[in-house]
Amino acid sequence: MARLLGPDGRRVGLALLLLAACVLPFLLSSYRTFQLTSALTYAIALVGLNILTGWNGQISLGHGAFYAIGAYVAAILMDRFGVPYWATIPVAGFVCLGAGYLFGLPALRLEGLYLALATFALALATPQLLKWKHLEEWTGGVQGIVILKPDAPFGLPLDQDQWLYFFTLAITVLMFWLARNLLAGRIGRALVAIREQPTAAEAMGVDIAFYKSMTFGVSAMFTGVAGALGAIVIQFVAPDSFTLFLSITLLVGIVVGGLASLSGAIWGALFIQFIPNVADHISKAAPWAIYGLFLIACMYLMPTGVAGLLRAAAARLDRAPPGP
Amino acid sequence: MTAILEVSGLTAGYGASPVLHGLDFDVPVGGVATILGANGAGKTTTLRAVSGLIRAAGEVRFAGERIDRLAAEDVARRGIAHVPDGRGTFVQLSVEENLRLGAYVRRDPAGVARDFERVFDLFPVLKERRRQQAGTLSGGEQQMLAISRALMLRPRLMLMDEPSFGLAPLVVREIFRIMRMVNREEGVAILLVEQNASLALDLASRAFLLETGRLVVGGSAADLKADDAVRRSYLGY
Amino acid sequence: MEAFLHQVLSGLATGSIYAIVALALVMIYQATHLVNFAQGEMAMFSTYLAWTMLDAGFPYWLAFAGTVALSFVLGVAIERIVIRPVEKAPVLAVVIVFIGLLVILNSVAGWIYTYTIKSFPSPFPDRTILGGYVSAHELGVMAVTMGVLALLFLFFRFTPLGLAMRAAAQNPVSSRLVGIRVGWMLALGWGLAAAIGAVAGMLVAPIVFLDPNMMAGILLYGFAAALLGGIDNPAGAVVGGLAVGVLENLSGAYLVGTELKLTVALVLIVGVLLVRPSGLFGRVVVSRV
Repeated sequence: MARLLGPDGRRVGLALLLLAACVLPFLLSSYRTFQLTSALTYAIALVGLNILTGWNGQISLGHGAFYAIGAYVAAILMDRFGVPYWATIPVAGFVCLGAGYLFGLPALRLEGLYLALATFALALATPQLLKWKHLEEWTGGVQGIVILKPDAPFGLPLDQDQWLYFFTLAITVLMFWLARNLLAGRIGRALVAIREQPTAAEAMGVDIAFYKSMTFGVSAMFTGVAGALGAIVIQFVAPDSFTLFLSITLLVGIVVGGLASLSGAIWGALFIQFIPNVADHISKAAPWAIYGLFLIACMYLMPTGVAGLLRAAAARLDRAPPGP
Repeated sequence: MTAILEVSGLTAGYGASPVLHGLDFDVPVGGVATILGANGAGKTTTLRAVSGLIRAAGEVRFAGERIDRLAAEDVARRGIAHVPDGRGTFVQLSVEENLRLGAYVRRDPAGVARDFERVFDLFPVLKERRRQQAGTLSGGEQQMLAISRALMLRPRLMLMDEPSFGLAPLVVREIFRIMRMVNREEGVAILLVEQNASLALDLASRAFLLETGRLVVGGSAADLKADDAVRRSYLGY
Repeated sequence: MEAFLHQVLSGLATGSIYAIVALALVMIYQATHLVNFAQGEMAMFSTYLAWTMLDAGFPYWLAFAGTVALSFVLGVAIERIVIRPVEKAPVLAVVIVFIGLLVILNSVAGWIYTYTIKSFPSPFPDRTILGGYVSAHELGVMAVTMGVLALLFLFFRFTPLGLAMRAAAQNPVSSRLVGIRVGWMLALGWGLAAAIGAVAGMLVAPIVFLDPNMMAGILLYGFAAALLGGIDNPAGAVVGGLAVGVLENLSGAYLVGTELKLTVALVLIVGVLLVRPSGLFGRVVVSRV
């Protein structure tokens, strides 16, 4: 029996997944396509948060703030400066890299619980900051900014939703590829070492301060890219979309998907994209009640998330003796 | 002679690796038993297993009742006072509060008040320092406080973990004098774990020798003391 | 000058509410060395319980006492059922469970009571006193805060249970050896925190109105207050609360306006954590390794 998790099996699986991702928008309604696009942006944001919290062990309850910065950078560039949508994304990434790095500097000195506290405060303060009257000229205050949906370029036979989907898919693949290369080698090991054994890591010559603040920056960059994409997809930014509950949504995503797991970011993104849709029928409050229950239940029952469960299941299949 | 504490087949440890491998020993009613052994032999672990601080397999009977499945707080409530290694002082509380905690489970205020007077008689220095933060006491004073805190429980059995550790010889002698007095006059049984074998054998009537988690010799303290081979190879004097 | 005095006095009044929230945070921190992110939502939920009782026609103070008692029981239950399984887990897991609790309480309140804003009565007469500087409600809030602090002081200082709670927080092993049920002491700490939080919720609801998100900003200031005063020190938490309340009002009036209140709290929190992590009156925090 072929090993399910062998390098070949994995490559085949990945290719199948990509193929499915390319076919889907032609089978689904444009609303469903829009939802999938939105899930892809979440996946990028989750990779960002997971690098920081899952791999490096720095708890952030305020990543919605970086998502907001990315979204606003994209919206302002398009709205005020007429920058084309695709060019706003690297800018948003770099701005968030800087913002994250700067926030990471003081955060260096905060141990787990206190970092959680500081980022919690950041999440609560974000909407108010975005409404601030001295920034209103740029941010549009409470009203926010409306942006236009781009058409497919080069005369491609795609509608707006389909084009945006493929555009987002390409960036998602790029960001996952970046994250994989970043985490697979020495850097990934250093991040985990800092999480598990900070003293030992330092003794082995890992520059903890540099790694931690840089991780904050890179993590914010991923989340900022996601924010920029999110703004373009939703065609709208407003302060009240970036409350504490956005940060909590991202936390739910990495916990349910799987801490310190790249594939987990996809499962988590699908979860936070589609569970609210399903649960909204019960009550406006139901999605959050479900989020809360999942957060707690995951900590009790499956601390490795969906990705961990799948790994365990695959490992069991691999170990099973070949059939007669 | 009946035993207040009977232990058989006691196996315990931390995590997956057992430290104790099936110990059998007992403490006579109103008597003193001692467990001797080198560093790392498992003496402290034995006391922790008896008082319920760590999970253990085997049977522990106190006054005939099984206590091996009980939590530490319930073992204490049955009248076993454990004076732990490191003395277990509540360093941020006052001396008086430490003593009040010793009597936490008792519901006889008059008796508690009498016992305050009694421990202050035994250790007058504690009376002087009753309002002082316990963490500011010297090592010897903290050991006296630990013994007093245990006495405030009105225990029937005291488990004592290295009461001589790190103390000046004069202080050690005083502490052992008082332990002997408490044992003789009030009939409190004592299970004593000690590195200082000669001191312990003077106080105890029964003695057990622990080596890497197993009892190698057990019996009357006098016999053990008289046994030259045991003395040379295990007790080192 | 008169305006300044007014700002200070009303700052002390809002500060009193922060102080009560901070006291609730200290209760749990003292017992478990954890910061309860769900404290605000617990207080909010308690306030809805009070609203239900008032709605059913209970007299105010009966509803008040009933809410405090019920909140205490709920706090104990939350510790026993939700928190206990992760008592020894890494900080990340505990924080995630707290956030889960926050989200559940928020959504259940929204589910039962809807997200529409409700008004909530004050037990104090609706007029200003002391020459128009303070309202009766503000003065009442300050008095209740001091009352709560005094009760806590008496409880911890002079009752065996209070002593046992302090002992369990400091040295759990020795506490078990004298017969203290340490697990229950932690649960009691949660019960007290929930009860104190309920008081804060009922006092703040007449000012900010009752809705499922009413405590978010107040909790943030409560954090700032607890950190400033020293998160393991009840008296420090009250001083911290008053100081933060006055600071908030003055910075609102003279520096940044009221729109950035939460940013002021953010700056305060990060500032205290960086400059003086043990707060003004706290013991030095030894970080968990």
